[in-house]
Amino acid sequence: MSSPSDLILILVILINLAVLGIGDVRLCVHFIAVQGVILGILPLFTGGGLDMNLLLIAAGTFLMKGLIFPWLLFRSMKTANVPSESVPMLGFTLSKVIAVLLVVASFWLASKFKLLTPIEHGSDLTLPVALATLLCGMFFIITQSLALMQVLGYLMLENGVFVFGVAMAHEEPLLVEMGILLDVFVAILVMGVAMFHISREFDHIDVQRMTELRD
Amino acid sequence: MNHVTSILSPVAALVLSPLLLGIINRTKAVCAGRCGQPLMQAYWELWKLLHKGAVTSYTTTWIFRAGPMISLAATLTAALLMPFANFDAPIHFAGDFVLFAYLLGLGRFFTVLAALDTGSAFEGMGASREVFFSTMVEPALLLSIAAIAREAIGNSILVDLTAMHHHISGPLWANAGLILIFIAVALFIVMLAECSRIPIDDPNTHLELTMIHEVMVLDHGGPDLAFILYGSAIKMWLLGTLIAGLLLPVTNWLLLDVFLSLTLLFLMAVLVGVVESVMARLRMVRVPQLLAGATTLAILALVLEYRIP
Repeated sequence: MSSPSDLILILVILINLAVLGIGDVRLCVHFIAVQGVILGILPLFTGGGLDMNLLLIAAGTFLMKGLIFPWLLFRSMKTANVPSESVPMLGFTLSKVIAVLLVVASFWLASKFKLLTPIEHGSDLTLPVALATLLCGMFFIITQSLALMQVLGYLMLENGVFVFGVAMAHEEPLLVEMGILLDVFVAILVMGVAMFHISREFDHIDVQRMTELRD
Repeated sequence: MNHVTSILSPVAALVLSPLLLGIINRTKAVCAGRCGQPLMQAYWELWKLLHKGAVTSYTTTWIFRAGPMISLAATLTAALLMPFANFDAPIHFAGDFVLFAYLLGLGRFFTVLAALDTGSAFEGMGASREVFFSTMVEPALLLSIAAIAREAIGNSILVDLTAMHHHISGPLWANAGLILIFIAVALFIVMLAECSRIPIDDPNTHLELTMIHEVMVLDHGGPDLAFILYGSAIKMWLLGTLIAGLLLPVTNWLLLDVFLSLTLLFLMAVLVGVVESVMARLRMVRVPQLLAGATTLAILALVLEYRIP
């Protein structure tokens, strides 16, 4: 409980819940950036010794998730006219309640899972936190109507995958983790460009209002 | 020995609780660069109000006069259940925290009834808001206490506030400090909401659109108002003691425990004062978000406890 990796994992959950409960777009981006930074620190505390592999993953994650993604998002916020506030479709209170239920569900689900290879390096919080972050990210994508916020949800979802990946970092080749990072990087880049085009075409990036076809 | 000293915890609440209001006011004054009221001002105000007559409207019934008395009585009864520093509570039995939560609820219920009894639309609005927000505070309070109980005592159902207080210890903090901090933050928000302080409610405002608690007590005067003020001071003391009991392990050195608990309570009052000085009250639509946040923290604490033995 008192180990640093547990602390980081609990902070990750807390940031998920915070992002789901606030409407300020800039603040949400900052929160996701903080999540990226602490996920960058996470591989250093997995136990089982440090090696080049882990250090590279940590550095790459810190650089990408903590610095480059937020920078890309802020840049696309400038080019596309993003409103400063976004209200989830279910309202704040209900979406927070559902987020908590998702966290509870993922803790329950994680206790039911039987992994083929047990997680050796990582706390018993790894699996539930990974699931919770994944589910919260998906839920965030569903309930947000702003394209930029959906990108944030995608990033949160990816962070969930990463939490799980860190626990397997010793077995997993570096190439896989770096490949995932590159994929996400390209995805964010493309989404930024897409957002720019959407906002130029429709004058907004609210996907709710993109129901009518124009030619 | 325990029976003799246990009477000291409600006595402390009775005697010292108005001092908390004085400390909050002094902190706000210092933050604003004023000298501020004397620390004992709340006592003088209660004394003054008790010597006044009460004027009641013809449209009101006995409920209006009973409201302040019943809510003070309920709060005083709740004071009998709360341990302070080294002293046990005079009354403790398994599950007494549910009684504690609902005694506070009973007090609020009668304040609301008294407000509705005046027949004023304005007070009805305040009553409606108070009830709405308190439905959101209640789960946060009960879940926080449940989380403390689970952390301190484990799966036993024989849980009371005094036992919980005695089980908070240094090793527990080392083992599950983060969880306890979550609970403390949730309880602090609960305290701000229950005592109608900023950012949930502003005790100084008399602007019609934003009042919550203040509007319900507008028609009370004299001793009735004194009862209400005293009751809310004691309520703040009780919730503050709950948080202090969570934060401070009992050391079993009587004087040290008392000194630390009192210091922490007064520091908490200073913190409330600082919060009131540095931030404005939240927009009314934002308040449920904050309260839902407190509930979220409490639930998260509970979930983490069930995960980590």
